[in-house]
Amino acid sequence: MLLNFKRIVKSGFINFWRSGVVSFASVVVLTATLFVIGGLYLGQALLISSLETIKEKVDISVSFQPYATEVEVMAVKHQLELLATVKEVSYSSREDELADFKKRNQDNNLIMQSLAEVSNPLGARLNIKAVDPSHYENIVNSLKTEDVLDSTGRKLIYDINYRQVDIDRFISFVKASGRLGSAVAMALIIISIFTVFSTVSLAIHVSREEIAVMRLVGANNRYIHGPFIIEGVVAGLLSSLLAVLLLYPAVIWVREVTAVFPERLDLVGYYLNHFSTLFFLLFGAGLVLSVMASFWAARKYLKV
Amino acid sequence: MNLLKRKKIAMIFFDRVTKIYPDRSLALDQVTFSVDRGEFLTVVGHSGAGKTTLLKMILVEERPTSGAVYLDSTDLRQLGRQYLHRLRRKIGSVFQDYRLLPNKTVFENIAFTMEAAGRADDDISSDVPYVLELVGLADKFWNFPNQLSGGEKQRVAIARAIVNQPDILIADEPTGNLDPVNTFEIVQIFRKINDLGTTVILTTHNKSVVEAVGQRVITLENGRLTRDDKNGRDAL
Repeated sequence: MLLNFKRIVKSGFINFWRSGVVSFASVVVLTATLFVIGGLYLGQALLISSLETIKEKVDISVSFQPYATEVEVMAVKHQLELLATVKEVSYSSREDELADFKKRNQDNNLIMQSLAEVSNPLGARLNIKAVDPSHYENIVNSLKTEDVLDSTGRKLIYDINYRQVDIDRFISFVKASGRLGSAVAMALIIISIFTVFSTVSLAIHVSREEIAVMRLVGANNRYIHGPFIIEGVVAGLLSSLLAVLLLYPAVIWVREVTAVFPERLDLVGYYLNHFSTLFFLLFGAGLVLSVMASFWAARKYLKV
Repeated sequence: MNLLKRKKIAMIFFDRVTKIYPDRSLALDQVTFSVDRGEFLTVVGHSGAGKTTLLKMILVEERPTSGAVYLDSTDLRQLGRQYLHRLRRKIGSVFQDYRLLPNKTVFENIAFTMEAAGRADDDISSDVPYVLELVGLADKFWNFPNQLSGGEKQRVAIARAIVNQPDILIADEPTGNLDPVNTFEIVQIFRKINDLGTTVILTTHNKSVVEAVGQRVITLENGRLTRDDKNGRDAL
């Protein structure tokens, strides 16, 4: 048993080496397939990271009237922080708001002159982050329906700014792009799988005469099949290694192309940190693909 | 001698074997004959007479449409595909087109047959050089088949066929692609193998081969067995 296994493994390696062009073709096709699978894996990571970044950026901005005192605003902040749906509330004072406004409009002389003539027209601001994006609407609704008043009955809140529609649209767009990307990638993977099967089948078809001879000289199916499976394992191993290495220049290219985006995933870092996961994922996929293709194709010719 | 008794003592027994291929061509028609242990049988006939089909029946590459083939009293019709390799280890085969494994060296081609039969590495190291010497190819160990002449390839095929010391050696037109000198030498090798006790069944349409063997000859014509001569010299 062990002797047979040793012979099968040795024979598989020798056959792979001696089959030259046929083995090369199998490895090229398998590498291309695994490259697509690896690309899809990294693309998903990029997409998930983008969505997380967008979610992080969403918040509710509550502007207060200029007459709202810090104590009153802080009381509202405290009330909000007690809500289970609220993750974090940050406070920006009237002075901070003015400084920020001035900074943003420092090139606009008209605004700067007008500001010089009046006292601070801006109110304080609270920025609210929810535990989950789906909570924003409820928080906004509760702020709108429950009147927040000062001791004299005046409304403290000037405006609630939450661009729900825009953000929803953007998230939907990213998700739809992701779905489209996944569909294209799946189509590519299916095409590649068929190509791998065809290439491996072709390689084994070339050996059909050999298989028939092996049967006629008394070799059993396992002994004939074994080396083809080992050839599949070698092709899978080589291809996964090649695909992982080829993905490195690809992620560097993606980094260069996406350099203009302010918030982007460090794909190169992600690739390096997940190198072993990626390798084993591709190795597993390569192994399953090539071994299944070898098994299926060789079976066809083992009926002599 | 009646058929039942013949079946019991013969090594190979064809009992009214008919083979019709899916394209409706008739390859064998009610063929009945037997081969005794240690016999050298030559099967002659024109191309398409059914010689190759007859050998394929013994190797169970093909199965009869009707009738039965017995090997050592085993009805080969009953033999499941999973047991074929065991039967084939008892039979050495030589073909007109040599059928060597192109990606293996001469040594590996012969060793493969021994490995497939589960023989130990030590046996392989000692037996392969021995059979190669027997067929006169001791200096071609590491050549690949495409580096050999036709005669050399056929000797490798014979070495491969006999290395496991089979009970039967079947050879389908083994000299079909060879010149007269090589033909003569190959026939001498077959005679030597037969002298050592192996049953040999050889097909040919070459008169000089029949004469060189000089033993029993059966003649096939359009799938029918038309002659069975104890002395082959008169067959063609």
